[in-house]
Amino acid sequence: MSQYLIMIYDNEAAYEKATADLNGKIMAGHQEFGTKNASVLAGGNALQPVSTATTVRPDGAGGFTITDGPFVETKEALGGYYLVEAPDLDAAIELAKQVPVIDGGLEVRPIMVFN
Amino acid sequence: MRLTRDIDLAEECVQDAYAQALRTWADRGIPAKPAAWLTTAARNRALDVMRRDSTWKRLMPMVVEDDVVEERSFEAGEIPDDRLRLICTCCHPALAPDARIALTLRLLCGLTTAEVAHSFLVSEPTMAARITRAKKKIAGAGIPYRVPSAAELPGRIDAVLSVVHLVFTTGHTAPIGDRLRRGDLVERALDLARILHKLQPDNADVAGLLALILLTDARRATRVDATGRLLLLADQDRSQWDRAAIAEGIALVRQALRRRPPGRFALQAAIAAVHAEAPNWEATDWDEVVALYGLLVEVWPSPVVALNRAVAVGFARGPAAGLAELETLAVEPQLAAYPYLAASRADFLHRLGRDTEARAAYDEALVLTDNDVERRFLLDRVAALPG
Repeated sequence: MSQYLIMIYDNEAAYEKATADLNGKIMAGHQEFGTKNASVLAGGNALQPVSTATTVRPDGAGGFTITDGPFVETKEALGGYYLVEAPDLDAAIELAKQVPVIDGGLEVRPIMVFN
Repeated sequence: MRLTRDIDLAEECVQDAYAQALRTWADRGIPAKPAAWLTTAARNRALDVMRRDSTWKRLMPMVVEDDVVEERSFEAGEIPDDRLRLICTCCHPALAPDARIALTLRLLCGLTTAEVAHSFLVSEPTMAARITRAKKKIAGAGIPYRVPSAAELPGRIDAVLSVVHLVFTTGHTAPIGDRLRRGDLVERALDLARILHKLQPDNADVAGLLALILLTDARRATRVDATGRLLLLADQDRSQWDRAAIAEGIALVRQALRRRPPGRFALQAAIAAVHAEAPNWEATDWDEVVALYGLLVEVWPSPVVALNRAVAVGFARGPAAGLAELETLAVEPQLAAYPYLAASRADFLHRLGRDTEARAAYDEALVLTDNDVERRFLLDRVAALPG
């Protein structure tokens, strides 16, 4: 059994514009995902919008530069994640397919294990 | 862990056994005890290579596993899943397309890294890095080494077929170089298609691809003349076409077309079958060809297919009608660098007596092709124009 991080990349504007009906569907989708996969779910969170992000970079002179905004600007931003247990990538992909998105997608990454 | 071992093992020693199996089984059918056959072949090879290494058995879990499987006494015709397992792993959609092809040629077809590199016109270190990266992804991401579930299998077989088809097209018309056809790649693709067909006899797409390869490659002896010049379908000596391959291909096309709607490969194979059945170019059922391309555009909307349909229209209804169809494709960005559009336009213009425009179109096609045999063909065409 390995752990995989399923990252939800979606268009924040689509969430802002979403009707109550669509919002309800997305929320219900997450709830259903959580209930159905409770036994393999090791964690998960939704993130506040990218407008709340702060980037911290070493400035190379021993200090840090703090800037407003995400590390990389993209149309689809990281909006949340699930940490799941899965026997292999195919199983993790099957889990990812169940995560609701509006017009973005999911990135599946295996968790590194240090021996 | 097991996965890494399997993949490395396949590369280290079983690869040759598979390669031999693919060739032998394709010719003579799958033996009564395929696992035993493979185990023996792989072990013999491994013993040669790794006699000094007392840990060889540890490195050969697949072969060791086959020993176990073998004891389960096979029903007649039952095929162990190892080939399907390996093909599906090599062609997993989580791998980059170029890595899928590289792994398939390396692990299933037994090509060396140098040969794979040569086939795809990259340096050996580049190809070695590509294969290493793919193997790291398989191990690191946990791509499973197993036959996909029944629900997943159709989609996964499609990915495998795309790889096999690309191996075939790369061999059928080499993208660059002094030879039109690379027989080694064509043979590999044919071997893979045959094995897939044995593993999935009821899959219409598999039957369609095998038929397409057989029917297209049945013309191999007549595609160039004695001096290596390209011969068009119209000028090929059809008595030299491989009739056994054609008969086998046509039977498979019939099977593949039973599924509704017919798939891309089945339709392409059906078009090849129309040509194969025509006693000569003039007797070709062009209306049938146009109709089949029409169906093909529906299941596989591609400017290249539309171009082929337009060319067929030119033969069914005359060069003016064909030229009109081609003009509608001139705006397709995907065809902008495609030499066949310009070459086809040149041919229709020539037939219409518009040779100045034909010459310009041939020049355009010449700029766009890197295959020496194709270049010579186009230059001959230009030379044959009056004035």
